Amino acid sequence: MLLEMAAEGDPERIVLGSHDSGITAADLLERARRAAVYFEKSGAEVVGYFGVNSDVLPVALFGAALAGVPFAPINYRAPDEQLTGILGRVAGGLMIADDDEVDRLRACGAGNVVTKGELASAIAEPVTGEHPFVDPEEIAVLLFTSGTTSEPKAAVLRHRHLVSYIISSVEFLGCTPGEAQLICVPPYHIAGIAAVLSSLYAGRRIMYLPSFDAAAWVRLATEERITHAMVVPTMLGRILAAVEEAGAEPPALRHLSYGGGRMPLELVERTLRDLPHVDLVNAYGLTETSSTIAMLTPDDHREAFASDDPSVRARLGSVGRPLPSLEVEVRGDDDAVLPPGEKGEIWVRGEQVAGEYVGNNVLTEEGWFRTRDAGWFDDEGYLYVDGRLDDVIVRGAENISPGEIEEVLMANPAVHEAAVIGIPDAEWGEAVAAVVVLHPGAVATEAELQDWVRQRLRSTKMPCVVEFRDELPYSPTGKLLRRVLRDEVAEAVGGTR
Amino acid sequence: MAIQLKAGTRLRSATDSCEVVVVKAPAEPVDLRCGGHAFLPAEAEVTAESIEAGFGQGTQLGKRYSDDELGLEVLCTKAGEGSISVGETVLDVKGAKPLPASD
Repeated sequence: MLLEMAAEGDPERIVLGSHDSGITAADLLERARRAAVYFEKSGAEVVGYFGVNSDVLPVALFGAALAGVPFAPINYRAPDEQLTGILGRVAGGLMIADDDEVDRLRACGAGNVVTKGELASAIAEPVTGEHPFVDPEEIAVLLFTSGTTSEPKAAVLRHRHLVSYIISSVEFLGCTPGEAQLICVPPYHIAGIAAVLSSLYAGRRIMYLPSFDAAAWVRLATEERITHAMVVPTMLGRILAAVEEAGAEPPALRHLSYGGGRMPLELVERTLRDLPHVDLVNAYGLTETSSTIAMLTPDDHREAFASDDPSVRARLGSVGRPLPSLEVEVRGDDDAVLPPGEKGEIWVRGEQVAGEYVGNNVLTEEGWFRTRDAGWFDDEGYLYVDGRLDDVIVRGAENISPGEIEEVLMANPAVHEAAVIGIPDAEWGEAVAAVVVLHPGAVATEAELQDWVRQRLRSTKMPCVVEFRDELPYSPTGKLLRRVLRDEVAEAVGGTR
Repeated sequence: MAIQLKAGTRLRSATDSCEVVVVKAPAEPVDLRCGGHAFLPAEAEVTAESIEAGFGQGTQLGKRYSDDELGLEVLCTKAGEGSISVGETVLDVKGAKPLPASD
């Protein structure tokens, strides 16, 4: 429906690909219709997408929607064992794959595989007939979340969730002429799906970067007169470095949104300094909520950056205010709503909130979704997110949030990045451990950093171990891999405790 | 003629090319009209009634029309010349401040 509207509203507008050779809204709709017929003939119950970003993705996404089957982009970086598990859950599916992934997919149990090239030739011929309107209750997208357990969960997003997110947050054909969005987040991430839908509905041309590389990003953004992009924090740091190296920023760039993981304050400030004319948006959302539920707007960023008032300045570290179409609350252990300033679990309710996994709807009876994220509101309604509740370290009877200690560590001039985790401890159940990346050339010892934390927080929050590394492990979507760190540090420390 | 609406229901105008999808539906049936005539189910044959006087301001593709008091909101998925109304009351375009792009 969204694509049909875009094709009706401005059929000749270039919506996908390069500014001089891209395809129009009408053309994209035609390709999606042909793909839908192909999917129907194949008998696929799910259309999978396994590979890097490409122009095939929107064709397959909308083709699957027209055909009334779920679209399931799958993490092509998943190890074989996990991939086998995922493929088992989309049995009866047709997998669209990059050429070099076909053998691996087959080996992991995929039955029906088609390459992007084969799909392109299969939809070369025109088709006739209209597709019936798809029931909004049908599943639009299945996304396998990384989850904190080893078995990935399949999050269900129905057409009504995605459509209500788009029409409540995006003005139809509301963008100004010449706007172009560079999509570099992976296709199996909710931001990758939401970016296609929002850009198309806004009338903004989509340009894909197959897989992220900062120098390639800057080059493409320059050549393609990119105005908009969504990045995860790790990408942004690398982009700023690449812009500095190239000696020139992409000339048309004027809007960057970021999300997907905790953004170091230093990096936000650096971006505001280095790219003062670029609008920044911090977007907070989850797969289960059809993307964004709260945002810190460009005006919020500038006001906070210019302010001497610590409470206003602090907003650079917040995720902004909830979207007007939603309700967001912070609740305590007894599920009671907490007043501003008190930390608890973030709950959300609204039309775009799915809160459903295959075979398991986790919404409360009143329609609330518990995010498992910890956070609080300030007096002005700005929401602060303080990591996953599952990451809370329980030392003795005390709940310790890693975020607070990480912030203190990162305020040390020698420290570039810090991750705080809980490791098993015979005496306390869990003990606080820190993994730190120092600035190039900077020096700090374990004892110095332990003192630094003890002087600023309680002694119970002082890390019993500080490990130094060259870099921290992140997922491609910008999430710190705490489980990996926890296992590694626990093993390293294990022998000595 | 009042009909019971449901979010996701698609309707077409009896007078012009206008089509809408229901975004928010009130619990009670509503007399939703286009060009002064009751909306028809999406798959219905167009009867091509003429637009009633006073109901010809037109609809715009991609705009949302709402009656907040009723809890009714429809999205225009195809434009036309008639106005959308509940009974005799013409609905306004929902004027939400656009949000900055976030993804």
